[in-house]
Amino acid sequence: MIRFIVRSLLLAMLVCLTVLIVSFALTRLSGNLAINLAGPDASAASIAKIQHELGLDRPLPVQFAAWADRALHGDFGNSYLYHQSVSSLIASHLKVTLQLGAIAIGMAIIIAVPLGILAALHEGTWIDTACGLVALIGQAVPSFWLGLMLILWFGIDLRWLPIAGLATWKGYILPSFVLSFVAIPVMLRLTRGGMVDALRADYVRTARAKGLSRASIVLKHAFRNAAMPVVAVSAVQLGFILGGSVVTEVVFNVRGVGYLAWESIGKGDFPVVQAVVLLFAVTFVGLTFLADLIGAMLDPRVRG
Amino acid sequence: MNAVLEIEDLRIGFGPLEAVRGIDLVVERGQTHCLVGESGCGKSVSALSVLRLLPKRARFSAARLAFEGNDIAGLGERGMARLRGDRMAMIFQEPMTSLNPAYTIGSQMIEVLRRHRGASRAAAVDRCIAMLERVGVTAPAMRLGQFPHQLSGGLRQRVMIATALLCEPALLIADEPTTALDVTVQAQFLRLLADIQRQMGLAVLLITHDLGVVARVADRVSVMYAGRIVEHGATGAVFAAPRHPYTRGLLASIPVPGKIPPGGRLGSIPGIVPRIGAGFAGCAFRARCAVAMPACAAPVPEHRLADGHRFACHLGPDGAWSGA
Ligand SMILES: Nc1ncnc2c1ncn2[C@@H]1O[C@H](COP(=O)(O)OP(=O)(O)OP(=O)(O)O)[C@@H](O)[C@H]1O
Ligand SMILES: [Mg+2]
Repeated sequence: MIRFIVRSLLLAMLVCLTVLIVSFALTRLSGNLAINLAGPDASAASIAKIQHELGLDRPLPVQFAAWADRALHGDFGNSYLYHQSVSSLIASHLKVTLQLGAIAIGMAIIIAVPLGILAALHEGTWIDTACGLVALIGQAVPSFWLGLMLILWFGIDLRWLPIAGLATWKGYILPSFVLSFVAIPVMLRLTRGGMVDALRADYVRTARAKGLSRASIVLKHAFRNAAMPVVAVSAVQLGFILGGSVVTEVVFNVRGVGYLAWESIGKGDFPVVQAVVLLFAVTFVGLTFLADLIGAMLDPRVRG
Repeated sequence: MNAVLEIEDLRIGFGPLEAVRGIDLVVERGQTHCLVGESGCGKSVSALSVLRLLPKRARFSAARLAFEGNDIAGLGERGMARLRGDRMAMIFQEPMTSLNPAYTIGSQMIEVLRRHRGASRAAAVDRCIAMLERVGVTAPAMRLGQFPHQLSGGLRQRVMIATALLCEPALLIADEPTTALDVTVQAQFLRLLADIQRQMGLAVLLITHDLGVVARVADRVSVMYAGRIVEHGATGAVFAAPRHPYTRGLLASIPVPGKIPPGGRLGSIPGIVPRIGAGFAGCAFRARCAVAMPACAAPVPEHRLADGHRFACHLGPDGAWSGA
């Protein structure tokens, strides 16, 4: 178990280092920032001046080392747009994104798991097909379109829910629902597949031969085994949901980290872009590591 | 007569396949009845049908399916669930996969008593420990806290049988319980089964394709071929004077006649078991039978001898063409 943790941790750190390099490289490759900042009519001298101020005239490895050192201490410099430190900017935007993400993953579990179990219990019938269709639609429909449709329907036609912002609890419903659709298809299929396998397993036959109740056979014996990968994957899905927050927060005009990412990309605010990309990537790596850990904890054979 | 299980004209099919084609079988109290035959002849599905554990897509019918004198052919799922694990229990071939990997031995044993006896946790734990001790599991209290993967195959099979016996069933069905075990563990397990059977007065239906097992533990034996019982009788009588050419072939395929080595397997008769569909007539063994005649394609007569010994063949008890 210890060896397993150490191995996963080393792997996670390696991925983080790669992400660090890539996120640094990305912003340096996407055009000359000094020209963007100085504006279209700026003279060569003023561009050079800005370049020097930002340290862009130094060799790349030196730039990277300096940047990485500060990044590891949580210092990403100042936003060009907001003129405040990137870390405080992100901190102030993080809360809503995490709130929405948590609600969304909860919603995804509440919707996907029972549907997956239902589909497996009725394998090969119209119920199974209907659940498969939910997963397919969930995968095929883009978040922004779903978001806009829901705004039109619930917000404008029915006037039940606000169309933007998180002023009241009602504001959370639509964006977290849209976000949950990022995770629902995968979780539904995984639950169904796991349950189909588990229901065919010898230990379920044993449970039936012991005369146990249907609830005990399905939930205690089959679902406990089918749930192991689902729980692990929901950690990874939370990562996808955070990624999905870029589109969803823009559609619903929610001022979270996703919105910040979209805004800073559009306006070339590259310290913020770097920090957000890094944050998303590290969160994703962390969640994947967590998924491995949860998977191992749930399986008595790995737990040892 | 003290029949615990009576089966008449049991038929099971899967799509076009006729897996079991009308078998009669009686298991009496205090008796071990062995069902023996090559792979695919329908032993497991016959056993599963008694507990009504067949897959949904299976066709199933029986003229009579009586347990402790009550007809259970029409019993619903709830009624069957009350009997399973309580009055009738079953253990399976695969001790490695038949226990749930996610729960402790204790959890998987206690739930049976809580379900059928409404026992308190403490009482259930005591009973489980006693039963594990009874089947020769050392340090039973410690085992309750262990997971299946921490136990050897032989130990798991002992846990399975202890679980099956918790509610003192009248009937125990064991589907090749020793096939997956190595030879010394097999012998121990069979001794244990015989002991328990005697002491608890259990009726045991034991499925095997190991004639050595049959010789050691069976009171009566039914030889199954392609969905039919081709010969049935007291073990001694069948081994001493097998009547059906298939039974003879099975016994002859064992190296030293009359002395069956442990682990002696069937299947040394040339050819394979045919898969039989609707409309098949005559003797299913005729393609592999050394004494087959053209007339074997006609419906097979059944001959009855002393002490319930019966067999289904065109050749009569005297070995002459019975001309049915
Ligand atoms: N779920 C199923 N679906 C389709 N056919 C099945 C199913 N279960 C069993 N059969 C078929 O029914 C026949 C009898 O199978 P069964 O498992 O009873 O054989 P068996 O005598 O127990 O053999 P073995 O010694 O290999 O366990 C076989 O031809 C098998 O292919
Ligand atoms: Mg079998």
